[in-house]
Order: sequence, then C-alpha cells, then structure tokens
Amino acid sequence: MPNLEQIRDRYNEARALCKKRVVICAGTGCIANGSLKVFDAIKNAVALAGMEVTVSLKSEDPKEHKHHDVYMIGSGCQGFCQVGPLVMIEPNGIMYGHVKPEDAEEIVSRSVAKDELIDRLIYQDPVSGQGYKGPEEIPFYTKQSRTGLKDCGNVDPKNVNEYIAHGGYFAARDAFTQMSSEEVCKLYQDSGLRGRGGGGFSTGLKWDFARKAEGDKKYVVCNGDEGDPGAFMDRSILEGNPHSVIEGMLIAARAVGADEGYVYVRMEYPLACSRIREAIKVATEMGILGDDVFGTGQSFHIQVMEGAGAFVCGEETALLSSIEGRRGMPNPKPPFPAQKGLFGKPTVINNVETLALVPIVMQQGPETYRKVGTAKSPGTKTFALTGHVANTGLIEVPFGTTIREIVFEIGGGVLDKDGKINNDAFKAVQIGGPSGGCLTREHLDLPLDFDSLGSIGAMVGSGGMVVMNDSTCMVETARYFMTFTQHESCGKCVPCREGTRQMLEMLEDVTKGEATEATLDLLEETGRTVKLTSLCGLGKSAPNPVLSTLRYFRDEYEAHVKARYCPTKNCKALTPITIDPEICVGCTLCKRVCPVGAISGEVKKPHKIDPMICIKCGACISACKFKAIS
Amino acid sequence: MEKLVYINDRPVVWEGETNVLDLARKAHIDIPTFCYHSDLSLYGACRLCMVEVEGRGLVTSCSTEPFEGMRVKTHTQQILQLRKTIVEMLLANHDQECPKCSRANDCKLRDLSNRLSIDEVRYRRTRDFKPMDLGSECLVRDPNKCVLCGDCVRFCDEIQGIGVIDFARRGQDVNVAAAYGKSLQQVDCVNCGQCAAVCPTGAIVVKPHIDKVWEAIYDPQKTVVAQIAPAVRVALGEMFNLPPSELNMGKLVAALRVIGFDQVYDTAFAADLTVVEEATEFINRKSNGGKLPIFTSCCPAWVKYAEHNYPSLLENVSSCQSPQQMFGSIAKEVLPEKLNVKKEDLVVVSIMPCTAKKYECKRPEFIHDGIADVDWAITTQEIGRMIKEAGIDFASLEPESMDLPLGFATGAGVIFGNSGGVSEAVLRYAADKFNIPVPESIVLQEVRGVSGMREAILADGNLKMAVVHGLRNAQELCDKIISGEAEYDIVEVMACPGGCTGGAGQPIVHSRKQRHKRTEQLYHADRVMTLHRAQDNPFIQELYKSLLEEPNSDKSHHLLHTAYKHRKRIDDDELSLSTGEGKDRCKIRVCVGTSCYLRGSQDILAKTLQMVEDNAWGNYFDIAATFCSEKCDKGPNVSVGETVIHKAELSQIKDLITKEAQRRVK
Repeated sequence: MPNLEQIRDRYNEARALCKKRVVICAGTGCIANGSLKVFDAIKNAVALAGMEVTVSLKSEDPKEHKHHDVYMIGSGCQGFCQVGPLVMIEPNGIMYGHVKPEDAEEIVSRSVAKDELIDRLIYQDPVSGQGYKGPEEIPFYTKQSRTGLKDCGNVDPKNVNEYIAHGGYFAARDAFTQMSSEEVCKLYQDSGLRGRGGGGFSTGLKWDFARKAEGDKKYVVCNGDEGDPGAFMDRSILEGNPHSVIEGMLIAARAVGADEGYVYVRMEYPLACSRIREAIKVATEMGILGDDVFGTGQSFHIQVMEGAGAFVCGEETALLSSIEGRRGMPNPKPPFPAQKGLFGKPTVINNVETLALVPIVMQQGPETYRKVGTAKSPGTKTFALTGHVANTGLIEVPFGTTIREIVFEIGGGVLDKDGKINNDAFKAVQIGGPSGGCLTREHLDLPLDFDSLGSIGAMVGSGGMVVMNDSTCMVETARYFMTFTQHESCGKCVPCREGTRQMLEMLEDVTKGEATEATLDLLEETGRTVKLTSLCGLGKSAPNPVLSTLRYFRDEYEAHVKARYCPTKNCKALTPITIDPEICVGCTLCKRVCPVGAISGEVKKPHKIDPMICIKCGACISACKFKAIS
Repeated sequence: MEKLVYINDRPVVWEGETNVLDLARKAHIDIPTFCYHSDLSLYGACRLCMVEVEGRGLVTSCSTEPFEGMRVKTHTQQILQLRKTIVEMLLANHDQECPKCSRANDCKLRDLSNRLSIDEVRYRRTRDFKPMDLGSECLVRDPNKCVLCGDCVRFCDEIQGIGVIDFARRGQDVNVAAAYGKSLQQVDCVNCGQCAAVCPTGAIVVKPHIDKVWEAIYDPQKTVVAQIAPAVRVALGEMFNLPPSELNMGKLVAALRVIGFDQVYDTAFAADLTVVEEATEFINRKSNGGKLPIFTSCCPAWVKYAEHNYPSLLENVSSCQSPQQMFGSIAKEVLPEKLNVKKEDLVVVSIMPCTAKKYECKRPEFIHDGIADVDWAITTQEIGRMIKEAGIDFASLEPESMDLPLGFATGAGVIFGNSGGVSEAVLRYAADKFNIPVPESIVLQEVRGVSGMREAILADGNLKMAVVHGLRNAQELCDKIISGEAEYDIVEVMACPGGCTGGAGQPIVHSRKQRHKRTEQLYHADRVMTLHRAQDNPFIQELYKSLLEEPNSDKSHHLLHTAYKHRKRIDDDELSLSTGEGKDRCKIRVCVGTSCYLRGSQDILAKTLQMVEDNAWGNYFDIAATFCSEKCDKGPNVSVGETVIHKAELSQIKDLITKEAQRRVK
C-alpha cells in the first residue's frame, strides 16, 4: 500500500531543494506553437549559464535528494492559449507569453538566475497597454475560479509524486479505507455535483443507481470522446492531469463496487492516450490500481480504449457499443447504463471533467463545494472560449457567471471584423458546440447554469463557447453546425438521419437565395420533429443551433429569403451587386438595362443599386463599359 | 388483482407485456413501427411508435415498459403530425417506384403513408441512386427502397447467427451491406431469405424466376413438370385471402394445369424417399459405429451454413440429397421414358416455400452434362403471382388430384414442411427397429413443438434426437456437440423459424400466429391422409423394385446422395492494396483472416506497406490482403513471391522483401 504521506513529504523536501521551478506549457495548443523547442532552448540556456538543472525530480529516496538550481517541467494546458507558448517561473509567479526559443537566454539570465521581470514578455492588456506579471494578476486568470483545472498546467503529468504532493489520491484512499459505498454515494449526492458531459445529471444519484443495481460485475467508464469542434477541456485534463481522472474513477468504483474500468479516448488525441496509459501503468505499479487497491484487497483495473473519432461515440450507449467492439450506435434508454451497461453489466459512465472534479469534491467536502456556483448547479465549469474574443483559451468559472463576465472580462472583449476590441460588435455566443444554441445580447446577463441555459434553448453541453461578432452570418453559422451534425449522425434513427440532411439542404437553399418563406416554416417544423423524436442526444440537440438562430435572428433569415440579401455579406450568392463610385462615370447605361429599375442616379454622377429591388440578373455588369459594377 | 394501464383513457389489463406497443396491440391499437419485431432485439430507430405517457412526455412505445396506472395516449395531434413528418422524410429518401415493386401490396411504408393520409412530400428528394445487388441466385437487394430499420441485419445476426449483412458508413451514407460491399453470393450468405421475409419494404426481395418458367411453358418442345413442396399447400391460400384448408392443394394442382404445366407432382413423394434413404443411412451408422449424430440435409441453407462454418461436422451431415433434388434426379431418370420426351426437353420446376432452393438446384453437383436435375425453383409467392398473371380465379377452382406416380405421398413426406417433421417421419420409419411405441394417431408428440431447440429421448435413452430451427440455435448445438457437452443420434436442422412453413418464399407473414396456423394445417393434412409411413407408399416400394433395388444401394447412392465441401466465408481470395507498374512484379500476400489477424498479421501488412512506400519500391510489388488461407493454426500466413511463410515474423518478411527489391533494383 503506497504511503501517500511519505511520498508527499519526501517530494516536498526534494522540491524545497530546488531554487526555481520553470513550467513550460506542453498542452496541444502551445506545442503547436513551438513550446517544445522553447523547453529545449531554456534547458540548454540553463546549462550554458552553469546552473544545475533537472527535468525529473527524484524524491522517493531522501538520500538521492539533491540541490538543483532549476527544476523544469512540461505541463498540460495552462489555459491561456491565445498567448502561447507559455512559460511560468516559480516561486516568482511570473508568466511569459509568446515565448520563442530566442528568448531563452534572456529568460534564464534575468528571470531564472536573478528575479528580474522581462517586460516585453509579460501579458499586456491590448487596450490599456498595462502589463501583468503572472496568473495572480492577469485578468484572464483572476476572474476565473480554476478548480478542476487548478493543477492542470501546473503539475507534471508524468510525475505521480507531484500529483500526490498536491493532495492527490488521498480522497480515493479515504473512500476505499474509511467509507462505505453508500457513504461515498451520499457524499456526492450532498455535494450536488452534476455531470459535465452535457446532461447535467446528478453524479451521486447516478452512482447510487449503479450501486443498487444487481450484478456480479460492474464497470466504471470514463467518457473522453470529446468531439465538439473547438472544445478541448477533456483533452487538456487527460494530457495535463491524468491522475485526477484515475482518482475520480477509483472513487466511482468504490461508490458502485466496480472492479474494472475503461477510459474511452479518441485516437485523434494521441498525447492524451499515451499520458493516461502511462499514468495507469504508474498507478498500478504503486498499488493504487490493481488487485489490492490501497491494501484493501479490492481490485480495480483500468484499460484504455481508443475510439476512432466518431462524434456519436460520445453518446454513452454508443460509446459502450464501441467498447464492446460493435458499431458505435446508440441504443434506446431505458435500460440505462447504470442498470444494464457495458457487456450487459451495471455501468457508471462519467465524462473526464466530472471525474477530475470528483477528488476535489471530496477534498473540499460537500458543504464547501456547494458554496461555489448556483443552488442547483454547484461548483465550476470549464469552457473552451474561442471565436471573436481577445483572449481565447481554456477557462473555468463558477456556475452562475454571466456571459458578460466571461466574454468581456475573462475574454478581454469582443474583436470586431478588423480584429480590434470593440464590445459593440458583439452579436452572439454559441454555447455547447453543435448541440448548443446561439445566445444574443439579451442573454449577456443571464447567470449560466444547466437549467438557465436549457430554458432558453441552449445547453451547457460539453462547454464549447464560440463568440461571434456582427460580421457573422447566423444562417451560415447554423448551416456550419448542421453540416457537422449531419455528417456525424450515425444514421440509425430516421429523424436524425433524414431530418438533419433535409435541414442542411434547406439551410443551403437559404444561403443560396433559393428558399422561400415556406422553407423557413418547414425548417422550423423539421427541427422540432428531429428534436422531439430522435433516439439519442446527438439528434435531440442537433436542431438547437438552427432553432435558436431562427428564434433570435429570424429577421436575418427573412432577409435571406425575402430580400435575397445577406446582411453580413457572408453568403456569396446573396452579396449585393454594387457600383464602385470611384469608377462610375454616370453614363446611365446600367440604369437603362436594369429590368427591374433597381438602379438610380443622375447623369455624370455615380449610380447606386438598391439591393432590395435588385434580382442579380447581371445585365448591368455586362453593360458597364468601365467595369465599375461587381 | 388486475393491473390496469389506461390507453387513450380506456383501461387495459396489463398481463406482463414487456412494452407499451405490445400492450396497445392487445387493446386493438396498431401503433405503426418499422423496427419493432417481437423476435428481435429492441432497436428503437424508426421513432414511429412514439406515444405520450402522462408524466413522461413523448416516448417510444417499443422501449417503454408499462407500469400500473400508466396513462398513455397513442394518437394526439402532435403524435400524428410527428409520424407524418417522419414518414415524409422516409419517402423523400425512397425511390417511390411502387407500381414496379413486387412488395407493392405488402409494403409497410406504402401502407403507412396511406394510413397517415400523406398526399404530399414536402421534402426534396435526396436519394442518390445506389446500385442493386443482383448477384445472388435467390435474393435481390435494392438499397433504393431501404428504410434502414435494421430488421434484416438483426434477423441475420440474432436468429441465424450469421451476420452476413450489417450497416456500413454513417449519416446519410449509411447502408446495409455485406462485407467489403460485396454481393451476397460472394459471402457466407446461406440464402435462407429471412432478411426478405422481415423487410417491411421491397429492399430485399426473392429473386423472381417466373419469366424462365413461362418461357419453358410457352416452348412447344418442352414438357414442363411441377413438383410442389409440402409447405406450399398451407400458405398459398393466404395470397388469395382463402382460409387455410387442404383443399387449396387441389386448387393449386388445377391452377398449374390451367397455367400449362404438363404434369403436377408432389415433392412429398420425394420426401418419403428421403425418409427411407436417410433412416437407412442412420440405422447403418448406428449399428456400424459410423459418425453420429447424423444431421439432416433437407435444408439447403443449413447445408451451406455447415459448409462455411462447421467443416469438422460435414461428415456427420446425411449424404442424402434433399427431397427437391431427389425428386429432380428421379424425374430426369424415369420421366423421359414414361412421358416419351427427350431428357433435355424435360423441364422440372419446383414450387418451394424456400429461397435457398433456388441456389440448391444450381449447385454443380446437381447438374449433369449441362442438364440440371431441377431446372427452376420458384417460391410460393411466385406461383401465386403466376396464377394472378394468368388471370385465374383461384378461389373458385375445383380441386384436382396430382399425377401419378410421383404425385403420391404419405403423411410422412407431408409433415417435412414443419420443424420436427423430418424427425417424426424418420421415427415412424424406424419405430419398429427401436421398439418405439407408435400411437394409433401416429403422432409422435415428442418431436413436435414451437421452441427453437427441442430434444427427445426415446427407446429408453437409446435414441436421442434434437430438433432445431434458426441457425443461431444450430450453432449453439453444433458447438456443444463438438465440445462433447451434448450427444445425440439424430439432429434435425431447419434454418427458418418453424421450418419450411416459415420459409422466406412463403407469402409475407405479419404474426407468429399466422405461421403457427400453417404448422397446424400441415399436421392436419397428415391426419386426413390414408398412409402415414414412408415405407407404406406403394409407389416408393415400386421405385425400389424397378430402379433403386434397395435403400442405400449403389444405384440410390448414385442418384440420391451427394457430398459436401468446406467453403470459405468470403468468396474472394484477396483485396489488392498496392499495385506496382514494373514488369516483373513480386506478389506479397498477407492473410488478414481472424486467426492471422489475432496473431498480428495486420501489423505485418501495415509495416510491409510502409516499408515498400518508404523505399519507393512500389513498382516492384503487388501487395494484397487475403482472406483466410485456411492454415489458421500456422498464422500469420504470408507469401512473398513463391515463398510461403507460416508463423511469419516481421523481420523475416522484411528480409525477403529487401532481397526481392534489390534483385529488381539491379
């Protein structure tokens, strides 16, 4: 049985012997921006500066504890992807952004060897120009409540001792050695923790169903099949803090009496796959997983199952089919997985973020946990913030936070079509990815939680959050998401298979100017039918982007249909024909050839086309001898 | 205490029905559905059976368990509108060529569209034409009519244990396909046709051979004789809305004569012959320590299934041809002289409840010097259509009797059409030998029943029989026999539910009850006959005297017995992955059959491809994945040029490839 206290203490002792700790973000975003090269450059620079550097802190044996000038790690995602690659220097609390390998020498000589701050590398507010030293000051971080993500981007995902030193695995040990299954279930019911995968079902209740279900074998499954375009919460946690997920699964296993677990990750997340595999191996070697969990004689084994990347496999019954080696298609519920799940056995299935929160809930205790968030949605939620917003990245806020706070404060404001911060350019926020809805200015002050979003036709979903400015065409946005769901529909149930395809066709008609008002009515009716009758969550939520844009941006749809005009000029076919006043000489030829009288203007003065009358026949374009019309 | 559920505010007694849909049927409400099938697993895909449950809202009735006091509405305004919209969606993706469809009068989609008064499809037609699968001798698959309910997929997998078809691709591209998109005849389809029987539309239908039969009838050179299988007589009436009756057989004989058949005979005659041959074969095996259990061989779907999946049991399968083939063999032997016609001008048409019979009569072992024992096999459905084509008022025909001698049968041959019938007929033959008391009624209840797997232990344990229908059950039994867990003397296997009466060539049934009626009717037909034991058939006795000498004689072996062979599951030996352009190319084949795959052949294949690509040797090699080299114990099996490597290892393969490549580089 691993002695967690001893591991923690020895790690802290060894750590205390290191002067500086340099944490380089090795999350997928920063790696793509070259953070691994930065890592090597800093490591070389430290060595060149004659300092002693280690990248793997040996803490097990006090005899091996050594003094190091610098302890370097590559962490998981630190969240502020916008300014990656990120480099943090502790204990100074410095964070540098947009770091290039060329900066390494200066960072080492000034901020590692000494305690100086390099002004040009710290985050500067794009409007005020004010500089911020590190996460404790940067508004992007200070406005957040990083709970599940607290250690993600800070601990070394490859070093279990660091996880333990941060309090890891103590909760799981307590669950196994000091609590009964009922007590564990009750604790989570009391905490009000709700599933972060989209459904928002009470985690404790779900566990309790599985606990009570009869079965000679039970399973715990971690759903890591994150598939929303632009969402990367689960990926970041698996990459940055895999042990937190394992610990969550252990507690779930204790709660229901499971002895086997699966982590289902899409193979498009190779780093997440290898990190979780490695972490499972380490935990098994330590006796945390295996046949004798924490010396209790109980067993819990975890296997990693790589999915092929079908979006529908994130739906729990489809995911279970996929693990069983069958086609990833959903099945009707009931029976729910808690009654009859993997291989017909009672199964608990939770998503990565939920499982990562599980140990934290136990560490904090249910009462403390409930203090954050709203009454019905306690705690925090991570969102992947992207789109027309100054600060993109991975954020975590308490439930009840408003969109205004997220977009304007954490996000640093809306970017207009010229890339300038201009909050007046705000148009909509798409929450919950392709299953979510579009929210508008009127929802800016809505406190976000599971129920408030559901009530206005959106959903928390997995937590994708795309900010859109006023140059975005909402019809085109709906069409984009529809293309995705239509493509990802498994094709099993009729409404999702045929309905999404028909909806996509209709949306394409709208963007091409080939639709009528009847199209919009049929689009809405089809959307409602698909939502009401589809077999699984994918189909039930697929119409959300369409229905919510139809609800809040109906005038924009109508402009496409009635006036054959795309107000944001995104839909090529509906972009108005215009006369360049610089070139036009006012010869009046165009006015004379226009069959519908859409062109006006005086002789020898630039003419104008009224887009509401124009039928885009092109007669004026061919008639103009000066090529002024396009 | 009765438990009540309220359906549309009217109380219905809930007696353990597992879902609301079944309960509603009991309450005389037919909730529409494509994918609910009481014999198959729950699928929940068509979404048409939605109902409103108080407190729960809209739910699919197929997947919702009733509870006491439950209040269900089955046809609210919203529900009807949703159903209409869903059917419209299906129609937009359907070819809507109803007048040209053989299932036109029996199509659930058409029926539902009509029931829901759909007079307009508001959606654009989204269907792209998809090619039909015309390769099979027995079935035609038309994806353009498929509603993707999955009934065929589940039947093939769950009841037949084969899984020859499954869904491929996703979203709008999803379709039902055989492995690698091949035609049914290239894979391990056994032609049982149950996929067609459960298909709610015309997406899988029996391949028609009506034209061939008409052609023969219209040819003045030809003498066309028919043989009618036992199960046909109890089902054909359904196509003419007639109640089940033995009189329908006489009407069918009359109809065939009107159509222009020269002679009308009974396959049950050949079934009597099969009883004598098979029982004799069994008795010989039993007394000489031959291979037991003996498996029946009447069902061509089962025979093909065994050839694909149980090569080790092929010696156990009776060498007797099926009644259809015995009939053909005897007919081509004796009729030319009797009817004064040249052998090549004699056309034997069998009328069968079965789709697999179409395949069976084309098996090369039943074709001699270009002359097939049975020229054409058509189904009950097809003969019904021929009668309609000819404009015959079937219902008012006067019954006629069959021609002799091949039209005379005993009850033993007739009950072949029921699951358990072959066993009972053999028992009636061999009862004396085993001292089994045969009741006055001659009914041997031990082997009758509806269960898919039954067993009977007779003669004080000296005779153990098993009767199975449905190939999944056969599979289970075979595995037990191989493992030694089960021991039998005789095993009767029929692929279709209930045996031949439930064959896929029969008119489409909509309930198990309807099928059970056929079974009862066939037993009734036996009861009203004068003779019940095959050996009592005077024409069979005569046949032995004049031609066959005695059961299992050399002559009868020549005419009435056959042999089986192991068949690959995929009728194609390779899948080309990389083809070079060089002249002297070396062929690399890697087996990716299950056994080799499990031993790592996929990895070898991937790395081989990679190696060839990395070295730019593409033009020197043709690389193909092969399907089962059938040396499974020696896998992975790989061949490089002429060299065959068993238990292949990557390094070894790489060396060989390098050598071959270097030779060509020079």
